[in-house]
Amino acid sequence: MSVAIRVIPCLDVAAGRVVKGVNFLNLRDAGDPVELARKYYEQGADEITFLDVTATVDNRSTTYDVVRATAEQVFIPLTVGGGVRSAEDVARLQGAGADKVGVNSAAIARPELLSEIADRFGSQALVLSLDLKRSKRTPSGFVVTTHGGRTETQLDGLAWAREAIERGAGELLVNSIDADGTKAGFDLELITGMRQLSTVPVIASGGAGALEHFAPAITAGADAVLAASVFHNAELTVGDVKKALLSSGFAVR
Amino acid sequence: MTSPTVVVLDYGSGNVHSAVKALELAGANVELTADRRRVAEADGLLVPGVGAFSAVMKALEKVNGAEMVDRRLAGGRPVLGICVGMQILFEHGIERGVSTDGLGEWPGTVTDLSAPVVPHMGWNTVQAPSDSVLFNGVAQERFYFVHSYAAQEWTLDVTPPFPQPRLTWAEHGTRFLAAVENGPLSATQFHPEKSGAPGIRVLSNWLATL
Repeated sequence: MSVAIRVIPCLDVAAGRVVKGVNFLNLRDAGDPVELARKYYEQGADEITFLDVTATVDNRSTTYDVVRATAEQVFIPLTVGGGVRSAEDVARLQGAGADKVGVNSAAIARPELLSEIADRFGSQALVLSLDLKRSKRTPSGFVVTTHGGRTETQLDGLAWAREAIERGAGELLVNSIDADGTKAGFDLELITGMRQLSTVPVIASGGAGALEHFAPAITAGADAVLAASVFHNAELTVGDVKKALLSSGFAVR
Repeated sequence: MTSPTVVVLDYGSGNVHSAVKALELAGANVELTADRRRVAEADGLLVPGVGAFSAVMKALEKVNGAEMVDRRLAGGRPVLGICVGMQILFEHGIERGVSTDGLGEWPGTVTDLSAPVVPHMGWNTVQAPSDSVLFNGVAQERFYFVHSYAAQEWTLDVTPPFPQPRLTWAEHGTRFLAAVENGPLSATQFHPEKSGAPGIRVLSNWLATL
């Protein structure tokens, strides 16, 4: 008896539409977020993650509308990331129906943001979102990036994750920029590194392209797997992924 | 038969939106309010709760939550606590070494879960007693948990003529209470409003008792 491995479809949302692209570039329209979320819910998704990739603050209100409409018909947890800069942003997102928020670049700029959110809303509502790239410049071999991988920071990926957990992050969304969009499988070394240091759940992200990619991510230490395009392109259903995990001996819902 | 009325206690707890919608789907007429009279008159009261135990208690105090819950229970009127809304029904909660008084409807202390990975986040199984009403038809399903603390003991002795409380346990590192059904007072540590169709069923099972 144990908690089931979670399968999480991720929807990149811009101006109220789902978009997709490779390595965050060349974004294309992929449909209505509320409809897609509902489809994945019916397929057995364990959570839904919305990532607001809207470039301007003006369009952010459409994301609240998307979250609100989704929360009314999709009765599983919703995580919303992208553009979360303050505890007030978290309050607004929760008010719209988000259960958890993903924080990324704003925490890099001001790490205290993590404890401010954790103290007010609890660690269980705070996901640290990491976009990591392989690098020779940092001790762990992974560097923290921003702007969808286009900008490298000075931060070591694993050291930053450790600090974020100490500051109150309740979950790590570990996205490999190298693997993202390649459909060649998750970066297993990165997941193993995160598992070794993390006392909080780890979500593996970036690189899912085929059914056989998911079980190795769990063996490497992930508690959950996140994917976008394989679901949006209807190459795989959530149910397919769960069947594959189950046949590898992992508990699923 | 008319739909039962349920008040979701509005005291500033985050994300009550889904609780309202899930109850509606389960067949209730739902109102989000902290108005004393509305709370007292409703067929059922749902006390949501996320975040820190102490923050929830502080927010409840501002709306006289303790008194409203007490009054309902004194009159045998059903109350359902969810997540931290369950935890604060116990006497104390200890978070990060700090003890906070709860409503004390049940004896015991809410303490941190001891497991390699905390928060306990995700879908887990439960062990419900065969006479459970809440889990009628869904005892074999998984439910969505997200918490770092839990009630890990039950010490209340109930003697006849009062019915024995029905206790449902789950496990994450250690065994903890996933749900309690104790006369008019019920509670779940998991989120029925986030547990898909089985969660909606738990809510409709509760509505059927109102």
